[in-house]
Amino acid sequence: MFDNLGIVFALTGAALSVILAGMGSAYGVGVAGQAAAGVVTEDPSKFGKVLIMQLLPGTQGIYGLLVAFVTLNNIGILSGKPADLSGAQGLMILAACLPIAIVGLVSARHQGKTAVASIGIVAKKPDQFGKAMLFPAMVETYAILALLISIMAINAIQF
Amino acid sequence: MSEQYTYAVARIRSLETALFSNAVIDRLIACSDYEQCLQFLVEKGWGGADIPMEAEAILGREEEKIWEVIKELKIDMDKFDVLSYPKLFHNLKAAIKEVCTSEKSRHIFYDDVSIPGEEMRAIIQEKDFTKLPAFMQDAAKEAYECLLHTGDGQLCDVIIDRAALDAVYHAGQEAEDAIIRDYAESTVAVADIKIAVRSQRTAKSLEFMKRAMAECGSVDVSRLAKAALNGMDAIQEYLKDTVYAQGAEALAESPSSFERWCDNRIIQTISPQKYNAFTIGPIVAYVIARQNEIKTVRIILSGKLNELPDDSIRERVREMYV
Repeated sequence: MFDNLGIVFALTGAALSVILAGMGSAYGVGVAGQAAAGVVTEDPSKFGKVLIMQLLPGTQGIYGLLVAFVTLNNIGILSGKPADLSGAQGLMILAACLPIAIVGLVSARHQGKTAVASIGIVAKKPDQFGKAMLFPAMVETYAILALLISIMAINAIQF
Repeated sequence: MSEQYTYAVARIRSLETALFSNAVIDRLIACSDYEQCLQFLVEKGWGGADIPMEAEAILGREEEKIWEVIKELKIDMDKFDVLSYPKLFHNLKAAIKEVCTSEKSRHIFYDDVSIPGEEMRAIIQEKDFTKLPAFMQDAAKEAYECLLHTGDGQLCDVIIDRAALDAVYHAGQEAEDAIIRDYAESTVAVADIKIAVRSQRTAKSLEFMKRAMAECGSVDVSRLAKAALNGMDAIQEYLKDTVYAQGAEALAESPSSFERWCDNRIIQTISPQKYNAFTIGPIVAYVIARQNEIKTVRIILSGKLNELPDDSIRERVREMYV
């Protein structure tokens, strides 16, 4: 029974990486978008700058999608020939997907809040845009680290 | 932390760029006369196309603009109770005086509050105090009867001002947001200190002070009133032991320095909101900052109209939020 569930575990990992990282990004982009709209209401000339800030928390969702894509490709779902995975292999793939799933969710939420604070800087001091962008960009580091580990782990699993 | 105010705070951040800084205030003071000051204000966007070139018309329009922004942000106006209560109680005071003395031209009403002037006048005329909010009813009845039977306008003012301070303090205590609590606490404490100072100068009794002062957490009203009986030095000594020690220094300097410190203390209370991105704090702070800005401009215009020297005007100018 357990060995028959290998492909299910693997698909669960791919789904979680898309769902959790996507949820985080949706929140982050949403909250930053509210702040961006507030600034543009008063000063439409800042649209370009605040739009970049708003997009920063969106990358975690892309990372989740990338990990899911690699997973689906490796287990043969995309080519229409699913691999015959054991239960242990399926669980390994699930575990490999978790870094980007969990870190994606948490980091995108925090990046969204940091982007809101930085949009406040742009609203008052638009010439400080470069510095303001660095604050939310720092949060990105941890999403990238999680992405690297997830990709390396998925590619390292032998079928 | 709530994200409910994210849009509003970001919009306020943009609006804060138009607030007058100390440098702009210096340029306003440097204007050669009253007319040039008005021209300077109009160039800065104050007033409006259909607003006459008069100080009160321009300042009145600026006050209206504050509340227009808040209404656009769709924020529950209950959050601003601590800011609107003084105007509401002012309307009560004006209505009682108008009804009891039949002097109609002396008083002005605020119409941007929950009970505008006409409605307040009707309530007082009908003596239907139950139509007032619960926290106003007793004070309204007492002040009305006091003025009607004794004709003592000052006592009437004391009763209503005390009720206003109590209402502000209680609204602050019940508020969820720290800035509203801090603002209410500072407002009531500073008002108590002002009462003590003025009572000392006019040799008022202990009973008068106790009746006028409202209880609050940061000032011991009883000790402050007793200090006021013992002289200005005693008030300064008492203040040195409180968080209002700078008030003692201002008091020692000059009466106008003390008045300026009173307003600056409120601005210092709200200053941390410049770095807050997610609560209602920056929005409340913006309203207070705009009101402070209008008050400062009024002081400058009044000084220019009376041809006071620039240094004398500068001594009276309040600290700016930005």
